[in-house]
Amino acid sequence: MSEAFTPHPILDPRLAPPFPTAALHVLRNPQLRKNVSHATDVIQTKRARLVAEKTDWQQLRTAAAAIRNQVLENLAGYLEEFEARCTAAGGTVHWASDAAEARAIILDLLHQEHASEVIKIKTMTSAEIQLNPALEAAGIRAYETDLAEIILQLGDEEPSHIVVPALHLNRSQVREIFARTMGLESLTDDPKALTAAARNYLRQKFLTIPTAISGANFLIAQTGSMAVVESEGNGRMCLTLPRALITLAGIEKVLPRFADLEVMLQLLARSATGERMSPYTSLWTGVTPGDGPERFHVVLLDNGRSSILSRPTERQTLRCIRCAACLNTCPVYRQTGGHAYGSVYPGPIGAILTPQLMHMEYAQSLPFASSLCGACYEVCPVKIDIPKVLLELRSQVVNQERVQAARFGDPMFIGMKAASTVFASARRFRTAQWLGRIALRVFTGKDGWIHSLPGLGAKWTQTRDLRGLPDQSFRRWWAARGKGER
Amino acid sequence: MRASLFITCYNDTLFPETGRAVVRLLERLGVELEFHPQQTCCGQMHANTGFRAEAFSQAKRFVGLYRDAETVVIPSSSCMAMIRDQYPGLFEELGNEALRREFTALLPRIYELSEFLIDRLGVEDVGAYFPHRVTYHASCHSLRGLHVGDRPIRLLSKVRGLELIPLENMDRCCGFGGTFSIKNSEVSSAMLAAKMQDVLSTRAEYCTALDNSCLMHMGGAMHRQYAAMRTIHLAQILSSTEGSPAEGVA
Repeated sequence: MSEAFTPHPILDPRLAPPFPTAALHVLRNPQLRKNVSHATDVIQTKRARLVAEKTDWQQLRTAAAAIRNQVLENLAGYLEEFEARCTAAGGTVHWASDAAEARAIILDLLHQEHASEVIKIKTMTSAEIQLNPALEAAGIRAYETDLAEIILQLGDEEPSHIVVPALHLNRSQVREIFARTMGLESLTDDPKALTAAARNYLRQKFLTIPTAISGANFLIAQTGSMAVVESEGNGRMCLTLPRALITLAGIEKVLPRFADLEVMLQLLARSATGERMSPYTSLWTGVTPGDGPERFHVVLLDNGRSSILSRPTERQTLRCIRCAACLNTCPVYRQTGGHAYGSVYPGPIGAILTPQLMHMEYAQSLPFASSLCGACYEVCPVKIDIPKVLLELRSQVVNQERVQAARFGDPMFIGMKAASTVFASARRFRTAQWLGRIALRVFTGKDGWIHSLPGLGAKWTQTRDLRGLPDQSFRRWWAARGKGER
Repeated sequence: MRASLFITCYNDTLFPETGRAVVRLLERLGVELEFHPQQTCCGQMHANTGFRAEAFSQAKRFVGLYRDAETVVIPSSSCMAMIRDQYPGLFEELGNEALRREFTALLPRIYELSEFLIDRLGVEDVGAYFPHRVTYHASCHSLRGLHVGDRPIRLLSKVRGLELIPLENMDRCCGFGGTFSIKNSEVSSAMLAAKMQDVLSTRAEYCTALDNSCLMHMGGAMHRQYAAMRTIHLAQILSSTEGSPAEGVA
C-alpha cells in the first residue's frame, strides 16, 4: 500500500533535532517552564502521599517487576494465548511488525467500516506509528476524545507527557484554544466551564461517529480481555458506544492472569496520577451481542519491540506500564518538558525507549539527556533500572562514533580518548596536572577564579565560574609531607 | 587500623584541601594512612560517557593497585558508586574471571568516607568544631547509589558549634552529571538555577556534601552570582577543630 503523508516533526525521532538543541525552545520560554514544573510538582506531591500510605509498596514493586519479567521471558506464548482467547470471544487479532504495517491494517479496517470519521481514546501507540497524519492523508477525520488530547488537537499542539499530554499548557491557554476553535468568545477559564465546553463538543462526536480506535493499558492472556484506565469517562464512551472498535497495543502490554491486575492497577494509579484507584477502569473481552461494539479488532504492534526483547540489559525497558512517574520526578524533564525528546515517549523512559524503537539509528542524543541522578529508578513501579540502560545505550552510541570519521573533529571524543591515555599512567597524569595548571593560568583572574574558557570549557563558564587549579596537587603535598615528616 | 586513601583524580587536581582534611581527620582518629602514588582515576567519567572500553582499563588498574589493601577510603560518593555499582558489570562483560574474583574479595573493604567513619570506625562524634550555619546537599550517588541514608547528617549533628539548616528538595540533582554539564550545558544550567534557589534560600554560610563534583558545580554558580555562601566538602568540616579550623575558613 502506498502511503503519502507528512509525519509530525515534534513526534518523529527521524526528524527531531538533537536533545540539547530541541531543549532550547522550552528553556527560553519561562511560561512553559513554569507550567511544567508546577504540574510535575502537583502530581509528584500527590504520588508521594499515596505511596507513603502503602506499607507494602516495595513488595508491590517487586511483584510487578516479577510479573512483567515473566511476560517478557515467555512473550510469544502469552501472546498466542491472548490471541486464542480473544478470538474465541469474538475479537479479531492482527499482527503488525512495524508502523507502516499497523497503519495499513487500521486503514484497511476503517475502509471496511466505510468510516470517514473516527473517535480515538488513550492511544499513544497511535502517535508512535504516526496514525493521525496517515488517516488525514486517507481522507479520514480523527477526533481525539481524551480531554487533554482534545486540547492538543484543537490547539494544533503535540503531547508533552505520557499521562498528562497537555501538561505544558495552563488553564488560560486552554481557554484561549477552546474559545478560538469552538467559537465561544465569552468562555471563562473556570475549570467547570472548560469541561462543559469539552463535553458539548464531545457528546456530539460520541453520538454520531460509529467507529473508534483505542489503546490499551493491559491485555490479559488468560481471558483475552483488554483494560483501559482513565480519569474522565470519555474512554468508557469510546469503548462502548461505537459499532466497531479497533484497539492498537504494543506486544509487550500483555499480562499472564486476570489476577495480575490487582498488583498492576494499584501501582499504576498511585504512580501515574497520585490516586488510590483510577476513576474509570474499563475491561472488555471480545464482543457481546447487544452490548457494546459489534465488531472488535486488536492490532498487536511489534515495531522494534522484539529486538529490544532479545537484549538482556535493555529488555527491562519493556516492563514499562506508562505511568510517567519517571517524568514527574526527573530534574531534566522538569526543565525541558516533553517536546525536547522528539518522540511521543518523553522523559527518562523515552530516553531509553525511543532510540531502541529506532534501532539506535535515530535519537542517539537521548541516552545522554540525563544527569544519571537515579530518581527515575527510585520511583519506577516496575523497577526499570533506567540509569543502567542509559549507560548501555551510551556505550552503543559511542561505539557507533568510534568508526565515524567525524570523531576526529569532535572535541569531546578527542578529549575522552586523551584522558584515557593520561589515566593509564601516574606519570602522564602528573604531567597533565602540571600542563593543565600552566594552561589555565592565563584564564585565571586575580581572585583565583576562572570566569571564561574557550572551546568546550565555554560550555561550563557560560553559567558557572571555576576555581583556578591549586599550585600543589594532593599527591605532591603527600610526597612533600613524607619527606618532611618521616 | 591501616587504610589506603583513594583520593580520586579531581580531588587530587582541583581540591587537594579535601584530601588534606581527610588525612588530618583520619589520623586524628588513629588511622594509619597510606597513599598509593600510582593511582589516577576510577573510570567513572569514561563509563558514564559511554566509553566503556576505556573504563575497563581504569577499573582493572584500580583492582590491581588495591588488591592487597587492608581498607580503602574514598572521599567521593560518585566514585564509590562507580566502583560498587558498575565494576561488577564491567568485569562480567570483560569475562575476566580472575579479575572478577579479586574484585569481589576487595569490594567489602572499600568505603566511602561517611561509611568508613560510621560503619568501620564506629564513630559519629569525630571531635569536630565548626561554628557556622551549614546546609547539606544529598548528592544523587550518595543517596540513590550508595544509600548512605542519614550517615552524613548524623556526623554533622555531632559537630560542635554547627547549625544544620534543612535544604528544601535536598535530594534533587544539581545538574552536574559529569560530561552532561558540557554536552547538555543549557539544561544542566537550568537545573543548577533551580537547585540554587533552594540552596541560597537556606541563607547558610556553607553548603556541604560528600562530593566535590556537585560542590564544584554549585560553588561555580555561587561565585558567578556573588553569593554570600561557599561550598565545603564534609571532610573539611569534620577535620576542623577549635584550635585549628578547616583550611580557608576564617
